Amino acid sequence: MSAQQSGHQGHSTMKVTLHVWRQKDARDPGRMVGYPNVECSPDMSFLEMLDVLNERLMEKGEEPIAFDSDCREGICGACSLTVNGIPHGPRKGTTVCQLHMRSFEDGAELFIEPWRAKAFPVLRDLVVDRSAFDRIIEAGGFVSVRAGGCPDGNAIPVPKEEADQAMDAAACIGCGACVAACPNAAAMLFVGAKISHLRHLPQGQAEQKRRAQAMVDQMDSEGFGNCSNYLECEAVCPKEISVKVIAEMNRDYLSASLTREEQKNDGGGAG
Amino acid sequence: MSWVCRLYRSSLGAKYVMASTGVLLLGFLIAHLLGNLQMFAGADAVNSYAESLRALGPLLWVARIGLLVIAGVHIVTALRLAKANEAARPVAYVKQASRQVKPQTKTMVLSGLVILGYVVYHLAHFTWGFVLHDYSTLVDTEGRHDVYSMVVYGFQCWWVSASYLVALALLALHLCHGITSAFQTFGLNHAKYATAIKLTGPAIATLLFLGYASIPVACWLGIVQILEGT
Ligand code: HEM
Ligand code: FES
Repeated sequence: MSAQQSGHQGHSTMKVTLHVWRQKDARDPGRMVGYPNVECSPDMSFLEMLDVLNERLMEKGEEPIAFDSDCREGICGACSLTVNGIPHGPRKGTTVCQLHMRSFEDGAELFIEPWRAKAFPVLRDLVVDRSAFDRIIEAGGFVSVRAGGCPDGNAIPVPKEEADQAMDAAACIGCGACVAACPNAAAMLFVGAKISHLRHLPQGQAEQKRRAQAMVDQMDSEGFGNCSNYLECEAVCPKEISVKVIAEMNRDYLSASLTREEQKNDGGGAG
Repeated sequence: MSWVCRLYRSSLGAKYVMASTGVLLLGFLIAHLLGNLQMFAGADAVNSYAESLRALGPLLWVARIGLLVIAGVHIVTALRLAKANEAARPVAYVKQASRQVKPQTKTMVLSGLVILGYVVYHLAHFTWGFVLHDYSTLVDTEGRHDVYSMVVYGFQCWWVSASYLVALALLALHLCHGITSAFQTFGLNHAKYATAIKLTGPAIATLLFLGYASIPVACWLGIVQILEGT
């Protein structure tokens, strides 16, 4: 990072030219709009740079660019911009809210687009509707036990390797970059991560098969694509979740389909 | 809906079908190669092998129809997946980029369709005798169909050999991705074997390419040739 920083010491400013997807509402076909010479500081985050541009637009009486954000700390999964064709932009393992302008050359030309997938319809500009993910979680991404009070630590023994695998998968913030990056707009990495983080823990194992079936079936009905093992999801995931979780989902779904008796109350709806 | 239909209609089920039919087709490719390599053992070996295959009679038809069904299911499912994948992104990115999409993965449908086209031509040549017809009616000294000479004469024709090598290269490309991908589809992914699995596809693809390509090359170099009196 220091090598990148050294070019822009102190309170210097830089300029970038933006091409931003503008779309009034879900029905508008949308188009790219150019914003030349946007001035910003190399120390600003990508979203702060957009805030500055939005202030300028509002001063001129124009509609600001709509985009999602919440924590701006890389933990909530709200931010969702595709920068020059890569979800969350050029830095590996980094959400776009944690991306700094010093990652770009002065004078860079940046194309900013929303996540593009049938299952993530654009609501406005760069904001997409990701409720398909919520419905997948509702279908099975939970544990149906009465949790009761807080249990004693280590009351249920979990081997360290299993706990680590569950934690690695649980790092998923559900941002949807995997869908945005996949040439097939598939949601396999997200669903795999949610399945994996529960299947490695004793509390999640009772419903392992039902969960895999219910979540995959919901994923299919939302219109996401299929996995061709491009592995692009893993490469852009800001939490660097491995496609190993997809293999685990494939295993669970196969064994569920082959061995599980179908039950009447299956198919959607939280238990 | 029975569980089999439900499985086949699902996104993951379609992939299990792709991977199983793909592995079965790979099994055929290996068996076919072992048969073909008998070209190096001489005319008698190849012609009697061909004769013994034909002598299987109805069993040969069972194998042929089985292969046809497997290939048909692989292709129909591939096209269904390709269509669904296209539909999943109705609006394309204005700026396209990727971090690790590989050409062999992007071109699975293309390499598959070229293989399909080549297989039809290949059958027209060596099985149905529509191409270079005169060589397909040769008979050896023992009165058997002279497959050995048919193959050697066939590969002496430059475009037969060239198209064979091009199709083989695309098949190898298909398998580079396909075999490694099939492991992941069946859920076989473990850090301990990750490198081995990554290399299996390219390794098997290369071996198959070299094995199949050795036959036309041996024909050009005269290692495999028509001997007097056959
Ligand atoms: C001898 C011939 C063939 C062999 C051995 C073979 C083998 C395979 C294997 C092992 C896979 C990997 C499945 C997976 O990802 O799990 C695959 C995928 C695929 N095959 Fe083939 N294949 C053959 C012919 C064809 C043909 C004729 C087509 C025609 C369209 C085709 C189209 C595809 C496609 C599109 C995929 C990728 C599916 C996806 O991941 O979305 N293949 N093949
Ligand atoms: S805004 Fe919360 S992760 Fe980016």
